[in-house]
Amino acid sequence: MAGNVKRKVIGDSHRKSQRGTEESPVVKWVLISIALAFCLVFLLLPLANVFAQAFGQGIKAYLAALTDPDSLAAMRLTLLVAAISVPLNVIFGVCAAWAIAKFNFRGKSLLITLIDLPFSVSPVVAGLMFVVLFGTNGFFGEWLQDHPLHLFGREYAIKIIFAIPGIVLATMFVTFPFVARELIPVMQATGTEQEQAALTLGASGWTTFWHVTLPSVKWGLVYGIILCNARAMGEFGAVSVVSGHIIGQTETMPLRIQGLYEGGTAASGSAAFAVASLLALLALVTLGVKTFLEWQQAREYELAQQALAPVRQDPVFQKPEDFR
Amino acid sequence: MSIELKNVTKQFGGVAAVNNVSFNVHEGELMALLGPSGGGKTTVLRMIAGLEMPTSGDVFIRGQRVNDVSVRERNIGFVFQNYALFKNMNVFKNIAFGLKIKKWKTADIKARVEELVKLFGLEGLEKRYPHQLSGGQRQRVAIARALAPKPSVLLLDEPFGAVDAKIRQELREWLVTLHHDLNVTTIFVTHDQEEALEVSNRIVIFSRGRLEQVGAPREVYEQPANEFVALFIGVMNVLDTEVRDGIARIGELQFAAHDQPDGARLRIGFRPYAVQVSADLTLYPYRAVLRHTFFLGVMLRLEFELHSGLKLRSRMTKEEYAQLGLEEGREVSLQVRNYRVLAKENGALPPEKDFSYQQPPMIAENI
Repeated sequence: MAGNVKRKVIGDSHRKSQRGTEESPVVKWVLISIALAFCLVFLLLPLANVFAQAFGQGIKAYLAALTDPDSLAAMRLTLLVAAISVPLNVIFGVCAAWAIAKFNFRGKSLLITLIDLPFSVSPVVAGLMFVVLFGTNGFFGEWLQDHPLHLFGREYAIKIIFAIPGIVLATMFVTFPFVARELIPVMQATGTEQEQAALTLGASGWTTFWHVTLPSVKWGLVYGIILCNARAMGEFGAVSVVSGHIIGQTETMPLRIQGLYEGGTAASGSAAFAVASLLALLALVTLGVKTFLEWQQAREYELAQQALAPVRQDPVFQKPEDFR
Repeated sequence: MSIELKNVTKQFGGVAAVNNVSFNVHEGELMALLGPSGGGKTTVLRMIAGLEMPTSGDVFIRGQRVNDVSVRERNIGFVFQNYALFKNMNVFKNIAFGLKIKKWKTADIKARVEELVKLFGLEGLEKRYPHQLSGGQRQRVAIARALAPKPSVLLLDEPFGAVDAKIRQELREWLVTLHHDLNVTTIFVTHDQEEALEVSNRIVIFSRGRLEQVGAPREVYEQPANEFVALFIGVMNVLDTEVRDGIARIGELQFAAHDQPDGARLRIGFRPYAVQVSADLTLYPYRAVLRHTFFLGVMLRLEFELHSGLKLRSRMTKEEYAQLGLEEGREVSLQVRNYRVLAKENGALPPEKDFSYQQPPMIAENI
């Protein structure tokens, strides 16, 4: 009897302590409502509005706005800039993350701080830095002007500011933390033992990187790439400073949107929203890919769990730590 | 001679993690590197593997000096403490990895992996990924992967550290059987002296980067080379005595010390089994009271208190305990059958912790 009573008391106190860690339903619902309302007002409504405005003049006007030669040029430029800066950022990000996660060296914390720098520097300031460096009166600008490139018997003046190279540089500057930031924690969690194991089995550094390191960070890498891409295509501030806004030549999509919007007419206004709807769509696609990646990981984990069923009684079973 | 270390030293930032260590491992031997944490044993293992380079000294594998041979070309199998399985590859691919690197033919790889899978009892798990395996299975995959390319030596870093006590025992026995069947030279690192004594042919004992003793389990247990080994291997009663009239004394205990001058201090040690106990109070020279009884399975560890307050540890089987009619608080007579002098000095003995380990080792009580 005594034993029973005791057990019951323990059970009760256990239940109570569980309840004790939860807030009351009122608090819970208030918090959820605030978060939802915030998302609705600041994210969903504006997004819906972009599409509403874009189609405000009818689908014909929408398509016309998108197929306008200058808008098409802006799209091409945006794609080009992303196609150059994203791969370069991937290479840089992998190198930087590798260095930080796998080696100990002096100035490591400085490197981590530097990687985060673009997050803390205003994009406009970043753009101005490049103007100061490469502008007509800038550090390298004058030298570049005096030393044109000779190629196939012709002379090319290298222009960086108010040209595509400047836009690429500015975009790379603002986006370079993205890949590294995603990879560093994943690589740190993985450690160096798998690589060392590959070495003891006779693998070369390249084989090890390709078959061991890269697969173990692939989701982090893909995630970093889509974030980097979204930012590269959407960047306004830094690009605006270095681009010079030459319509049809150095205008990326965000700049084109601003230019159209400032055109003032109803037609150019809705054209601005039409182009903006593409960027909004990109955001949605990015979100979709992100969700898909997370779902993919969850599914892998789920499958792992199912396959595990007969083993699970084993007392030394451990949960994999690498799922977010 | 499979492996030889000659005057090997390894320094990390000016601190010697391994200090002038030399020893041999014979072909086909199962050798334990034993010592407290930070003793340098893992560094020695990693130097044999080529994952660390010695600051000075030479490492030989099968007579060849391998200091300048990279880890890739040493033909060793290394099992990491946490196994370091490739988590993006299934069991089959993990085991096949080294064979693919060595450009084996696909059919040969398949045959070799299947052979190992069978040998290691991993049938049906080939398609599983590391996170779908239990700790014991992971360890077996790690060893299979290391053995697949037929290395000349198998190196294991704390092979039983990451599994729980019950499975650890099974794995120990399994490793002994495996070594017996394959007869590949094997070196493993452990901080658990019980494990080293039970599993290995010979033990190398390290502390603070120095080699303390090399010997068979029985040798290091019965003839420890120095005080550190004596204290690290098994349980020991340790007493600091002072010599008067050719007798080392502490409390009422006396030990013969004919060759020692008066005032000499001797540190004396003896195993619990050297303490003989009788219910007959006149049989042995010292009287003591049983204070505590610790149950260790088949054996019991007993703590006796002498009249002077000295405490001695003894051990006996449950049957002996019953025969003597012992219980806590009961008075007995006892004697110390044999003992050894751990340290002697004419001045004051250094305090015990000075030459002991920084981190207490796991002392198995049932030795």
